[in-house]
Amino acid sequence: MSATLRHAGWVMRGNPVTALAIAGVALLVLVAILAPWITPYDPIASSVAEALRPPSAAHLFGTDQLGRDILSRLIMATRLDLMIAASAVILSFAAGAVIGAFCGYRGGTLDRVVGRVVDVLMAFPLFVLAMAMVAALGNRVENIVIATAIINLPFYIRFARAEVNIRRDAGWVEAARAGGEGHLAIVLRFLLPNVLPAMAVQISLNLGWAILNAAGLSFIGLGVTAPTPEWGIMVAEGARFITAGQWWLVAFPGLALMLTVLCFNLMGDGLRDILDPRMRT
Amino acid sequence: MTELLRIEDLRVAFSTRAGTVDALHGVSLSLEKGQTLGLVGESGSGKSVTAYAITRLLDRAGKITGGRILFRGTDVTRVPERDLRALRGAAMSMIFQNPRAALNPIRSVGDQIADAIRAHRDLSKKEARAQALDLLKAVLIRDPETRLDAYPHELSGGMCQRIMIAMAIACEPDLLIADEPTTGLDVTTQKTVMDLLARITADRGMAMVLITHDLGLAAQYCRDIVVMERGRIVESGETRALFSDPQHPYTRRLIAASPTPRSTVEDLARAAQEAGEVLPPIAATPRPAPEPGTPPLLEVRNLIKDYGAPTRAVDDVSFSIPRGGSLGLVGESGSGKSTLSRLICRLIDKTDGDVIFDGEAIGGIPARDFHRAPQRRDIQIVFQDPNDSLNPRFSAFDSIAHPLRTLEGLRDGATLKARVEEAAQRSGLPPELLTRFPHQLSGGQKARVGIARAIALRPRLLVLDEPTAALDVSVQAIILNLLDRLRREDGMAFLFVSHDLNVVRMMCERVVVLRLGKVVEEGSGHSLFANPQSAYTRELLAAIPHFDPAPVPVQA
Repeated sequence: MSATLRHAGWVMRGNPVTALAIAGVALLVLVAILAPWITPYDPIASSVAEALRPPSAAHLFGTDQLGRDILSRLIMATRLDLMIAASAVILSFAAGAVIGAFCGYRGGTLDRVVGRVVDVLMAFPLFVLAMAMVAALGNRVENIVIATAIINLPFYIRFARAEVNIRRDAGWVEAARAGGEGHLAIVLRFLLPNVLPAMAVQISLNLGWAILNAAGLSFIGLGVTAPTPEWGIMVAEGARFITAGQWWLVAFPGLALMLTVLCFNLMGDGLRDILDPRMRT
Repeated sequence: MTELLRIEDLRVAFSTRAGTVDALHGVSLSLEKGQTLGLVGESGSGKSVTAYAITRLLDRAGKITGGRILFRGTDVTRVPERDLRALRGAAMSMIFQNPRAALNPIRSVGDQIADAIRAHRDLSKKEARAQALDLLKAVLIRDPETRLDAYPHELSGGMCQRIMIAMAIACEPDLLIADEPTTGLDVTTQKTVMDLLARITADRGMAMVLITHDLGLAAQYCRDIVVMERGRIVESGETRALFSDPQHPYTRRLIAASPTPRSTVEDLARAAQEAGEVLPPIAATPRPAPEPGTPPLLEVRNLIKDYGAPTRAVDDVSFSIPRGGSLGLVGESGSGKSTLSRLICRLIDKTDGDVIFDGEAIGGIPARDFHRAPQRRDIQIVFQDPNDSLNPRFSAFDSIAHPLRTLEGLRDGATLKARVEEAAQRSGLPPELLTRFPHQLSGGQKARVGIARAIALRPRLLVLDEPTAALDVSVQAIILNLLDRLRREDGMAFLFVSHDLNVVRMMCERVVVLRLGKVVEEGSGHSLFANPQSAYTRELLAAIPHFDPAPVPVQA
């Protein structure tokens, strides 16, 4: 463990952007966890007297059309958005990695059938597919998670399949078979752990993408509904006020979205260097 | 004779994560026009670094930190980058180890040769193509007109290397540097490629630096030899003098460790001891010798494996191994020896025929279910490439413990630990290395982990699939010696698969020669060598480069 940490330290010294990205993600997670305790105001309490105030000492990021504190809403929204993204990605990663790994290991009919299903899924415009699923399943947060998970699934299946496929005939897999190991255990205990570092990169990139996806769905009015604080809704509601010069309603949630996605993307590359044991010496 | 190349006190350092590492500590040598010089040494000796420094092709981490390289009187280390291009290819050129990787896969070989010519000479495309054709004829490629438009993947490894030679000699350089030009090629192909290279350099008066780990090859094709160890030249001299009377202990060790037609495992044991290998005393009681009349341990009957290709991978092969016996399988690439070893290990399914182990037919058990068969623990395998045969995420301990956990049901605890440590100790792996991961171990150490894993269960049949092919000769000597000891200790039977006839002869009582999936010849190791019956075996034997008793003159 200490070797891993030392190695992580080495990677980050060589690449400070990774360190910055990881710090950014850590900060986001911290904010999400502590959200109810660190918001300066009640994120859904409206006060017409305070409506549309520009950023000031009392309201750092200003207030919206109903007089709600934008900073408090942003903080609360971090929690919701990260949760949606994380659950969606964990779901599709877990299912995708296992399905893909078995397809890559077994090959044959199973591989062909799953491969074609994945092709069909990928042939849809993914955002439209997610919209249709949320619309059909019902306008709830869980359904955003499920829809996001499903549209991410093909990438994980393909990724895991390809990575397992190239290792299927490696000497150490044959050695495991000669050591009397069953096929299930070979996939789960030998192949998957070797594929995980490469997949960690994918997970990190995907988290950013899933957040954008969730925000996009709420932006067009699917999934999360007002007055729940969520970045997509905040942008959607604030958009009306840009022309009137009240830029802060849109700018801060937009900025939050952008920085979050950026952090996750940058973290991806750094993670690969940290998690791959062969990068260590 | 005029001097072509002179290296004075050359120093090269690489910057790595752990700081700067010196790769060459003051190397000096000189080369005359038309001279052939063999640069021999094991991995890490700095022989390739020397070659890359001469052509200034060191990668970005490598830096020439001192010394001079005088090529035709000019110091190459001071030539600016843009003038180097005129030098490389035209005045000196290089042939690389892996021809397939050195050729551009999406351009025809004729175009690539023409590119090499046009880089240095102002010729039209047509003229360059005509010259490329002449070069293909010079490197003895059959049907050169059609081969000109072939792509690298359509040619065999030997042919690709000939294309590389054609490219290297395209501009008539004065110096040709061949970096392990035949590693990875079969012995018979190696012989044709090296004969060709020797003839071309002699005809055109080129000097050649041959970099190789194979003493026999260097002895056979070079006038002078330079022996390198850890970035230093330890000995140099005229080939015959050097081999008949080696002065430096490293040279002597290297010669002792190289298998020759006459060397025995005992010779290797001496070489291993000189290298500081201390083996534990014999740990196990040998199994009693089999009663006369007991059936063989392994019997292969008319085994066939058909992948649907025009020729069968394994075609009607039969042989048997007695209890505690040893059988060598020899053949070149494509002979089906690896397929056969996997069929016997029951990692893949046969098409027809049968495998009988200890009186029981096991050929019918599907390979995918064989891990549950009782014979699984009796048949173990050591794989060819130690780098590829260990799970990168398992420590050495876990790798060795794995078969004990699955096949003997040992859970974590003192018994498991004791068994793993015993296997490691018997394989000569120091216990403190058990916590390391594969990337923290050297090639020889990884090979030992692979062996420890296979013998941990005390199998009755050990299949060795080219167990030393990826190792340096001195490490190979140690590993072969170790394997021989283990076999005698445990009374294991060996199926030893190798392309190296010398190694097989030392290790095995009987030898089977395979070619294109068929058995060409079978016999006892000694008689096969002394009196080969088939033309193919004779050809194989003749192709092995020797360094004793005296260098064989190069056929023109």
